[in-house]
Parts: sequence; C-alpha cells; structure tokens
Amino acid sequence: MSSEHRDDVGARLGMWLFLYTEVLLFGGLFILYAIYLHQFEEPFANAAHHLNLTLGTINTVILLTGSYFVAMAVSAVRRNRTRLAVGLLLGGVGTGGVFLFNKYLEWSHEIHNGIYPGSPKLLDLERGEAVFYGLYYVTLGLHGLHVLIGSTLLGILAWWVHTGKVNSERFVALENGGLYWHLVDLVWIFIFPLYYLLL
Amino acid sequence: MSTPSVTASDRGFLGDGKYPGIFGWILSTDHKRIGLLYLYSTMTMFIIGVILGLLVRLELIAPGKTIVSADTYNALFTLHGVIMIFLFIIPGIPAAFGNLFLPIHLGARDVSFPRLNLFSWWLYLTGAILAVTSLFTGGGPPDTGWTFYVPFSVQTTTNVTLAVVAVFILGFSSILTGLNFIVTTHRLRAPGIGWGRLTLFVWTLYATAWVQVLATPILGITVALIFLERVLDVGLFDPARGGDPIMYQHLFWIYSHPAVYIMILPGMGVISEIIPVFARKHIFGYWAMALSGLAIAFAGSLVWAHHMFVSGMSDTAILVFSFLTFIVAIPSAIKVFNWVATLYKGSISLEPPLLYALSFIFLFSIGGLTGLILGAAATDIHVTDTDFVVGHFHYVMFGGTGMAFFGALHYWLPKVYGRMYDKRVATWAWGIIFVGFNLLYFSMMVLGLRGMPRRYYDYVPEFTNLNVLATVGSWILAFGLVVMFINLIRGMISGPDAGMNPWGGKTLEWTIPSPPPTENFAEIPVVTTGPYDYSDEVLAPEARR
Ligand code: HEM
Ligand SMILES: [Cu+2]
Repeated sequence: MSSEHRDDVGARLGMWLFLYTEVLLFGGLFILYAIYLHQFEEPFANAAHHLNLTLGTINTVILLTGSYFVAMAVSAVRRNRTRLAVGLLLGGVGTGGVFLFNKYLEWSHEIHNGIYPGSPKLLDLERGEAVFYGLYYVTLGLHGLHVLIGSTLLGILAWWVHTGKVNSERFVALENGGLYWHLVDLVWIFIFPLYYLLL
Repeated sequence: MSTPSVTASDRGFLGDGKYPGIFGWILSTDHKRIGLLYLYSTMTMFIIGVILGLLVRLELIAPGKTIVSADTYNALFTLHGVIMIFLFIIPGIPAAFGNLFLPIHLGARDVSFPRLNLFSWWLYLTGAILAVTSLFTGGGPPDTGWTFYVPFSVQTTTNVTLAVVAVFILGFSSILTGLNFIVTTHRLRAPGIGWGRLTLFVWTLYATAWVQVLATPILGITVALIFLERVLDVGLFDPARGGDPIMYQHLFWIYSHPAVYIMILPGMGVISEIIPVFARKHIFGYWAMALSGLAIAFAGSLVWAHHMFVSGMSDTAILVFSFLTFIVAIPSAIKVFNWVATLYKGSISLEPPLLYALSFIFLFSIGGLTGLILGAAATDIHVTDTDFVVGHFHYVMFGGTGMAFFGALHYWLPKVYGRMYDKRVATWAWGIIFVGFNLLYFSMMVLGLRGMPRRYYDYVPEFTNLNVLATVGSWILAFGLVVMFINLIRGMISGPDAGMNPWGGKTLEWTIPSPPPTENFAEIPVVTTGPYDYSDEVLAPEARR
C-alpha cells in the first residue's frame, strides 16, 4: 500500500459502516425474537423466568466497566500516557475474559439441566419455549463470539500502543477498536432486558 | 515514477508488480490487479456455471432419464444457481470492473482501503473453493436449490453445511467491497469532481454498495442460522417447537430481493457509460439517471415478499407487496427511456460494446415486463414455480447483467491490456449469443406458461418439442460464448495496439495510457467538465444539446 496516503475521516466512516452491518446481523435475530414473542408470549415469559438474572446483571456491569476502560484508554493515548493506556486496554481484555467465564458458568449450568439446542428435555416443553431457548443460545452465542473478537482486538491495540504504532498523533485505529467494543456492549444492552428482564 | 509512454509495449500496471511472479498478483493491493483477479476468478466460475447449466438443459431434452439420475439433477441446478448468483453475477461487475475503474473515474490512485480490498478477494477465493469443494465432499453435492429453503435444507444429508459456510464468507467479501467503495466515493474524488460530475457507472456502484452493506448482513445471519440448525438442531424454523418456516423465507428474501439490484445496478451503470460514447452525445437526463439508481436501490429493498405470494402470507401483505413491486418498475423504466433518448439522433457507431448494450436494453425490457406478470399476485399464482420464472430471471440477470458484463469486457479490455480484439469476430459472436439466448429462454417462458414446473426432472411428452428447442438454443448460446471468449483472449494476448482512447470516450480512464500505469495518474487530474461532454464533436445541429 502506498503509505503516504492517510485518511482518518475515511477510516472512521468505514468503521461506522461496518458497525451498521453488525447491527443488522443482530437485527435479523431481534426480528425473529419480536415475531416469535408476539406468537408465544406465555411460553417466552415462562422460559425467561428461568434464566439466571444475577449472572446476567453481573455481566452487564462487567461489560460497561470494559467500555469505560476503553474510553479512558483513548484519552490516555491522546495525552501521551502510554503505560496507563496499555493498562486500561488490558483491563478491557480482562473484562471480556470475565464475561466469557461467567457465560461459561451460566451455560454449563443450563446444559447440565438438559437445556440446550436439540435436547430431549426441550422437545417435551411447551411449543414456543424451545424457540426461546434456541434464540437465547444463538443470540448470546453470537454475542459471545463478538466479545471474544473484541477482546482479541483490544489485546492487539494494547500491543500497538506499547510499540508506539498507535500514539497521540495516530490513534484512529484505537478509536475504531474502541467503537467496536462499544458496539459489543450496546448489543448486550439490548439482549439483557429482552432475555433476562422484561418478561 | 517515470512518465509513461503511450505504446502497448509499455505494460503499465501489468508489468510493474511489487513482488515477482504470481505473488505480485495475489499479494498486490493495486485496485487494477485486484480487479483482474476478480475478473479471472468470476469468469472461471461463470464457465463452470455454464457447463452445469448445459447439463441441466441436456437432461431436459427428453422426458424421463436422459443423462443423470434425479438426485444428480437436483445437485446440478443447485450448484448452477449458487455459482451463478453468489460467485458470478453478484461480484461480477462491481468487484471486477468496479475495482478496475471506480478509482480511475474518481481521479484517485487507489481505493480508500487497498489492503481490505485484497482481503475481500481472498475471502471470495476461499468462498469459491469451499463452494466447489462442497460438490465432492460430505454426503454429496447440495440439492436444495440456491435458496436453501427449510425444512429440506435442514434435513437433507447432502453437503449443505459447507455450502452455506461458503455463502457466508462470500457475503462478507461483498460487504467489505461495498464499504470500501462508499468510503472511496466520499473521500477520494479528485478536485473538481462534485456529485454532479460522477460518472453514471460510479453512481450505480455507489447505490449498489449501499445495498451490499445494508442487505448482505441479513443473508449472513440467515445462512448462519441454516448452519446452526444443521449442526446444533436449534429448531428456530421447526413448527414442532414453535418455529415458523415462513420466517426463513422472509429473512432469505429480505436479502435476496435487494441482491437482484446488486446484480442489475452496476450493469445499468456500464450501459450508461457505453451508450453516450457510441452515440457521441451527452447522456439524456443525467440527474434522472443518477437518482433513479438510488431510487431502485431504495424501493427494491421493500418488495422482497413478492417471492412468497403462494407461501401463505395474508392477503393484505400480498396486496402491499404487489403494489410496492410495481413501483420499482418506474425508475427502471426511466433508465430505459433515457438510454433510448440518448441514442435518438446520435451519431451512432455500431461497435461491439454498443451491440451488447442494445441487447441489454432489449432483453432487460422483456425481463422487466415479464416481471410485472410475476409482481401481480393474480398472474403470479398461475406461473409461480414454473419455467416462466426461470425464463424471466434469465432475461433479467443474464440478458441484463450478463450482457452488460460482456459489453464491459468489449468496452474496457482494450484499455486494460492496451490491445484490440477482432471486431468482426466479436460481432458474429454477439449475434450467435443473441439468437441462442432467445431460443433458449423464450422457449422456457412459453413452457412455463403452458404449465411446465421448474426444478422438475421429468415432464409429460407434450412439452418435448419446446424443451428440445430450448436445449438446442443452449448449445447455440454456448457456441457463441466460446467464440466470444477465444476472440477476446486472442485479442488481449496478440491484438493490435489499441491506443489510449480507441472509442473516443470522455471519462477519465481514456486520458491515461493503456494499460494504465500503477498509480493511474502521474498527477491527480483537476476536472472541469462533466463526464459526457461531446459538445466539441461534429454533430448534426438538431442533435446537439
Ligand atoms: C448458458 C448459460 C445458462 C444455461 C444453459 C442455464 C440454464 C438453466 C436451467 C436449465 C436452469 C434450471 C431451471 C429449472 O430448474 O427448471 C437454470 C436455473 C438457474 N439459473 Fe441458469 N442458465 C444459464 C446461465 C445463467 C446465468 C448467467 C445465471 C446468473 C444470473 C443463471 C442463474 C440461474 C439460477 C439462479 C437458476 C435457479 C436455480 C434453482 O432453481 O435453484 N443461469 N439455468
Ligand atoms: Cu424479488
């Protein structure tokens, strides 16, 4: 690539467009949720009550904390406080890790109880409950995958800040990485009430 | 970089790779090299797709078993559809010619994200390899049709899982290309190029890019769901568990109808480039052309459910979607009328690119008009899932986008390689293709009207004659394609020097050497007129605008 060419505005525009596509990806699942909820209010509520609200809440707090770290990291880099920025980014990676660990606890509990896609227990449940759990696993699984990608990205960014590839002069990569992490957070902000709180 | 000379012996970007040999291509971030990579790979897939199509047609030459078993037949039309749609017609014009010429039309040295551009091609290649691999591995080639309708796609033991992974990856590639084009169009226009001076090709690529970015993610999630259904048995579309198979169809068509515009809009852009050049006239209704592209992209996103009139939707929904479908016809008709108006009293030279453009207008109009029959629920219910539908979409996609693609080949390859093909042979090839095409697909439309269902392996003896006609048409068509390709390839390797501007075009690519140098412009141009300014050409006074 001819590296004399640099366009931060273009890079940001590109990232925003990409985030739109991510929103739409989850959008498909939210549409399914809305329509099936409309058909199966009762079964959806029954199934939702069974989910672990405590773990869900903890995970919400964890993700928000992660977003906070990342936002701080951006201003730290702009003020040349490199070590602080690296620490904050690694903190962000940590929140991703804890989130996924909690998810692991939550899911292994469910699976232990026989609630997983295609399980014999689900087939015996009321029509509609199985769909709820299906959506639950697909949506949260996709989100979990995004947490994993996001954490990896934060790790790479921490490395770049450390080596000076990202610095107070050039930080659009960090901003974009941060935006990605905020998106992961934002999607969760929709998932949490829909699956754990509302019904 | 030295100032490039204007002879064909100077190989411009073709000769000037960063790495030696093949790596200079597959690792190149030059938009033109990536464009050619796409061109070679989409053409390869097209040829595979044509062979599969010919086999389908050969099987149908007589009732009963002719060459393959019923199962193989299902696999043949599925792979034909998947390859033609996801690997040829969607990436075809935007990824190949868009990459070649979008930056040049903007007066830029490259796209905004050159490395992402290369990554898109690698994704395309991966998707293509997986799609072809799905033929030979797993439980046999997919047999669901390219639409992957549930419940069959979830239950069949054939290699659907791999095929949907391929489609997912291809979708990702398409999104990244679209994203890159949007940002490039916004950020890298040369001084003097306002929105009113974009070429119409760029306008349609821009509209297409938005559709790619906004619709493709839905396809992503849809095929991801098929994948998860098959691997994990989630049951989101399984009525026994409360799921609804119609929901699959909605999700699928929310992408796949707009995808039709990903397929056709860039083709319209190519036609809008070719016509003014060979009529030596300013394009009629520049803004109507530019905005109708956006209008098609927008209105086209609202009409997906016209594919589902017989699926059991409510009557109200049918009425609404039918109405919306008719609305899309308006901007499409605007385009057709404006092309004709541009030709009117132009000083026309019937060179091969223009012949393809004219056949585009003719065939696309037939495709569009038969589309109205499908858009009206009453008539659709009569012909749905018959060969009429297959005839219709081949008129639109092959007669439209396919012809535009061939037109683009004949129009731009002399620029890319600096050499000219044999125009007389090209004209003959065009004629053969045109005859074969109509014989093939018109027969299929008539068959459909008489009740021959699509995707059927066998048929009643009354349908034999028309089926024979269609199959013979497919051979004529294929023969024409062979002549066309051989002529083009020979021309590109050893044709006479084409010079900088063989057609007398006014857009920016004709102001730089053929083949273009690596960074396109020695100096970024400053543009002072619109792209179709023929006011200096000698024309009959009444034709001057
Ligand atoms: C020589 C070229 C071609 C021939 C002989 C051919 C022939 C056929 C035939 C016989 C069918 C099956 C109809 C049926 O299922 O009853 C078919 C289906 C199809 N063709 Fe083509 N075709 C050709 C080119 C193309 C092109 C260029 C495209 C891309 C735009 C295309 C896209 C499709 C699609 C999407 C289907 C539907 C497959 C399905 O039903 O799942 N074809 N074609
Ligand atoms: Cu449609």
